Amino acid sequence: MSAIIIRNGRVIDPANKRDEVVDLTIVDERIADQSAIKNQKTETIDAKGLIVAPGLIDMHVHLREPGFGHKETIASGAHAAAAGGFTTIVCMPNTLPAADNPATIAWIKDRANRTASVNVLPTGAISKNIAGEELAPIGSLGQAGVVAITDDGHCVQNHELMRRAVEYARMVGLPVLDHCQDYNLVGNGVVNEGYWSTLLGLPGWPAAGEEAIVMRNILLAELCDHHIHCQHISAAGSVRLIREAQARGVKISGEVCPHHIALTDEAIQNFDTNYKMNPPLRSKADVDAILEGIADGTLSILCSDHAPHAGFEKEVEFDQAPFGIVGLETALGIFIDQLVHKHHKIDIVRLIKMYTLEPAKLLKLDAGTLSVGAPADVTLIASDLEWTVRTDQFQSLSRNSPFDGWKLKGRAVRTIVNGKTVWSL
Amino acid sequence: MRSGCLKNEMNWNRKDLLGLRELSADEINFILETADAFKQVGTREIKKVPALRGKTLVNFFVEPSTRTRTSFELAAFRLSADVINISATTSSLTKGETLKDTARNLEALHADILVLRHSSAGAAQFLAQRLKSSVINAGDGAHEHPTQGLLDMYTIREKRGRIDNLHVVIVGDILFSRVARSNIFGLTKLGARVTLVGPSTLVPREFEKLGVTVSNQIDKVLPDADVVNLLRIQHERQRKEYFPGISEYTTLFGLTKERAKLLKPNCLVMHPGPINRGVEIDSEVADGLQSVILDQVTNGLAVRMAVLYLCGGIAA
Repeated sequence: MSAIIIRNGRVIDPANKRDEVVDLTIVDERIADQSAIKNQKTETIDAKGLIVAPGLIDMHVHLREPGFGHKETIASGAHAAAAGGFTTIVCMPNTLPAADNPATIAWIKDRANRTASVNVLPTGAISKNIAGEELAPIGSLGQAGVVAITDDGHCVQNHELMRRAVEYARMVGLPVLDHCQDYNLVGNGVVNEGYWSTLLGLPGWPAAGEEAIVMRNILLAELCDHHIHCQHISAAGSVRLIREAQARGVKISGEVCPHHIALTDEAIQNFDTNYKMNPPLRSKADVDAILEGIADGTLSILCSDHAPHAGFEKEVEFDQAPFGIVGLETALGIFIDQLVHKHHKIDIVRLIKMYTLEPAKLLKLDAGTLSVGAPADVTLIASDLEWTVRTDQFQSLSRNSPFDGWKLKGRAVRTIVNGKTVWSL
Repeated sequence: MRSGCLKNEMNWNRKDLLGLRELSADEINFILETADAFKQVGTREIKKVPALRGKTLVNFFVEPSTRTRTSFELAAFRLSADVINISATTSSLTKGETLKDTARNLEALHADILVLRHSSAGAAQFLAQRLKSSVINAGDGAHEHPTQGLLDMYTIREKRGRIDNLHVVIVGDILFSRVARSNIFGLTKLGARVTLVGPSTLVPREFEKLGVTVSNQIDKVLPDADVVNLLRIQHERQRKEYFPGISEYTTLFGLTKERAKLLKPNCLVMHPGPINRGVEIDSEVADGLQSVILDQVTNGLAVRMAVLYLCGGIAA
């Protein structure tokens, strides 16, 4: 029996519409009522001036185990998550082998149980080997404990296969997440098709390549009456399509990564591969549309798309470098800095909701709230703290971030998982 | 060779030539004037000066090329440099070595100048940032081919006496062309008016943001041209979605004998080579009085000597 009292913080719990300065009590790894404290040994954490939020959830993370432990392990990725303020991360299935079978899911869960400092929830693949040709055993993946299915990093091109996957996922009660990319339209594109691709002679990745699949997903969500969540939205047209479909009641949603609001494709002009990710950085107009989509609630979830790669893998010719940047340790800071402080698009309460209640609702997780009885996952946030990103201090094994040296306002200062502090500043 | 013989004194301080976009008009003019002096060397009985004696130049051609490599090789010989050639098939890139490691190995052998041809845009800049050696871009993907742009400008200037206010029409596959981009950047800096002509799939409107005009109607553009620069249609590389076929291309955009009649008598006809006779240009036009295609080749040597001399003199 042990107890923790987090004193005098501003407790923000969107699930219970709570926003007040109050003490938060944890007893035996769960959120408790203050009356539950009897004679236990009690630790006190002073949270004066801090926000006490439900543990944040990043539902789009690439841990590289099994297969690519030189980029990231489940342990190092989890620790990076803790340092970024996340108590729960959802990992994508593009490992080696792919997470397209119950044995691999069991391996990931076992590894996470033994080595991870935060909650690691696996997703399963939509198709076998993420090849987009045959359905993966979605029902068995569900029984093995995946929280959703996705072929992230890839996109099922065959609309008929995708339709059957959505119908099947509906039967077993799993949400479908989709990386939206039409392979024919995108071709060998590596950067946004526009002024900078034209100037630099780099193959263009047109916004329509994302929008076409967002539209496809809207049609299939309607046809199958099941939720499809569009991952890492980058294009203005995608925001408009999702907004219009939601207005008609279609079960469609979208998520946003920090780089798609903090940067534009202008950043690629020196061929620095730390600005290469998929989908690519887009234009100012796209950034503005995404900010509006966040402001009006069209885009309901924030995530990092944390994609670690080793330095030697990224330090190659631009078109030959792998896509992706690390994000777990910068995402919260960038979102608070940009969305709350710089652009005033949302307040910190909404931001926390987009990182807790919204992903928990979508994935049906026992997380994302400070309700009495909930697991004691808590993130303490200093929303006005100014700090500088130092990639050489990252907990992640990889350093492929374009944000080194950025001065940000707002970050997590303590991360508590199941009543245990797993990281503090 | 002394810079004292040049009209414009200028302090050249670049070890690398990566593209024409980052050069000022003064720097471009300075290279062209330096090339003037070197062009004269080619007409001497002994076509050699000691400017780069004792320096080592590596022609590192990851993407195949005969014309540009030969031109750089000859330019280096005439400057008395030692030259070695490395191609993709003879380098360790085929064994999985990265570009950076291969280049650093060459540098460890004290290569002073690295001339790089590569299929990836930005490859020359990538190496320039990582090597102390001088890096000369001999074509990087669809990005830039600065010495081609310079030799095209040199030829225009030589034949027409100036570049500013001339109307230069570039015809063909602009989207995938590094020659087009280097020409656009260089010519607009020196005050030329540039029109791009080709099928809409290969000449997107986005190019207008680079300060040029885009047209899909060659017959309307040709009568007003002072220079027509025809690009090779690289059908072997094209994805089939971009245009329906060679014969349709020739019908709509080829500089046929008939179309050539639309040209002003003093309009120059240029082509970076290798030409596809009967595709983008008719034989009679390629070999006609207005054609300066072989002058371009000769001038390429002088321009490359100038670039190697200037950058090679800066490298550590």
